[in-house]
Amino acid sequence: MNNKLLLSVSPHMHKKETVSIIMWMVSLSLLPSGIAGIFIFGPKALWIILTCIITAVITESGILSLRHKRITIMDGSAVLTGLLLSYNLPPDLPIWMACIGSFFAIAIAKQAFGGLGRNIFNPALAGRAFLLIAWPKYMVTFSKPFTYPDSITCATPLTLIKEGNADNIYQLGLNYLDLFLGNRSGCIGEVCIVLLLLGAIFLLWRRIISWHIPLSFISTLALLSWLWGGSQIAQGDVLFFLFSGGVILGAFFMATDYVTSPLTERGQIIFGIGCGLLTFVIRKWGGYPEGVSFSILIMNAVVPLLDRFCRPRIYGYIK
Amino acid sequence: MKGLLREFSKGIFQENPIFVIVLGLCPALAVSVSLENALGMGLAASFVLVFSNFIISGIRNIVPSRIRIPCFIVIIASFVTIVELLMAAFSPQLAKQLGIFVPLIVVNCIILGRAESFASRNKILPSLLDGLGMGLGFTLALSVVAAIREVLGSGKILGFTLFKGYLPATIMVLPPGALLTLGILIGLTNIIKSKIRR
Repeated sequence: MNNKLLLSVSPHMHKKETVSIIMWMVSLSLLPSGIAGIFIFGPKALWIILTCIITAVITESGILSLRHKRITIMDGSAVLTGLLLSYNLPPDLPIWMACIGSFFAIAIAKQAFGGLGRNIFNPALAGRAFLLIAWPKYMVTFSKPFTYPDSITCATPLTLIKEGNADNIYQLGLNYLDLFLGNRSGCIGEVCIVLLLLGAIFLLWRRIISWHIPLSFISTLALLSWLWGGSQIAQGDVLFFLFSGGVILGAFFMATDYVTSPLTERGQIIFGIGCGLLTFVIRKWGGYPEGVSFSILIMNAVVPLLDRFCRPRIYGYIK
Repeated sequence: MKGLLREFSKGIFQENPIFVIVLGLCPALAVSVSLENALGMGLAASFVLVFSNFIISGIRNIVPSRIRIPCFIVIIASFVTIVELLMAAFSPQLAKQLGIFVPLIVVNCIILGRAESFASRNKILPSLLDGLGMGLGFTLALSVVAAIREVLGSGKILGFTLFKGYLPATIMVLPPGALLTLGILIGLTNIIKSKIRR
């Protein structure tokens, strides 16, 4: 039997894949990047990942039992939220902050809206946004790779470029291979691009995600960065802008979340373009050096409108 | 007597203007950064509410219903002007912090709402008590929101530091913190109300 999952607009036929299989598959595809993150930033990254996952699971089961619902932590959605949140945190974050972020992600961004399938915003990104606004100082302190146990703080490449400390990648003392393998400061799970791409290829191959959102997101951002990212028009360093932030993690693993992305392919492409555009705008003119998480959250809010706008023709209905 | 007491007490919890009727959210969200501001705002609005309810109830049979809204606005605006001038004279610090939100009490929907739905249809004494209860409920709700935001967002209450070594969550004194706090408190109120009804 063909084991692949086809993505199409409802109504659906029954398939073998359940929510929990998809959630565990996505978690599995994310694992290598996390292991690379632990290798790059040391055991403290592991503690943050574990804290986020455990807090997410405890919060989920606690709130579900308060709501008198069946406790469905084995479906993996809470684990995935915790995992994704921890990938978006700097490795030097105090453990209790990771705990609060994970609690916020599950309790406010997911369960307060009605639980799995009803949340408007991506819970992991909402948790990150909460932490970023609540304790900005700790959320923008990153450490240099391979400096554990005594970590040396170091700004991310995007921050350094934004603050005008460097003009191009070579002035940062990096090369493209460093960016590709993850030898740079950044969030735990976003640095190792090569393993993230491997996970993404796995998900695309299993048809768990479709190409529409990642491709439109990344190509929009690449085009805009090439045109206006550099000192002169059409001189931008595209590879640097794609690999030095959270774009790969965001485009393949966060923006494609089933609950918070549009149903139709046309909607997904508009969604991706919007994410890319907003990311570029925030990076170029906004207060933050990186805008992937905020742009995805803003586009999450637009999803119901996109679904209405891109409604497929009803069978037998003539315009 | 019992009826009068009910008119007074309903505004405090059962029909709390912020948590239950969900009116007057603009000042509730904007001014609840610190408990001091919230108390000042609550008392100012309560003062206006009590006197406007009193006067509007007194003239309810004289004013033709077609022009009642402009009349209400004029009465409310005069009391707001009194409050504004008093505040500027006796507590310039608070007046400066509340800023535009004091003149904006004129268009506060709680005050106009009570004038329209209660004071213009009831006798003077119930209207007075209604205004007092609603004003107290508004002040109370505002203070609860503000206390939570001030403690979490700056680690202080009324300017006194509560815990040493606490890292304030900046988000709570910013607009998202106001919406989060208010949303959670409205949810809690609904839970309590449904428990009481059962």
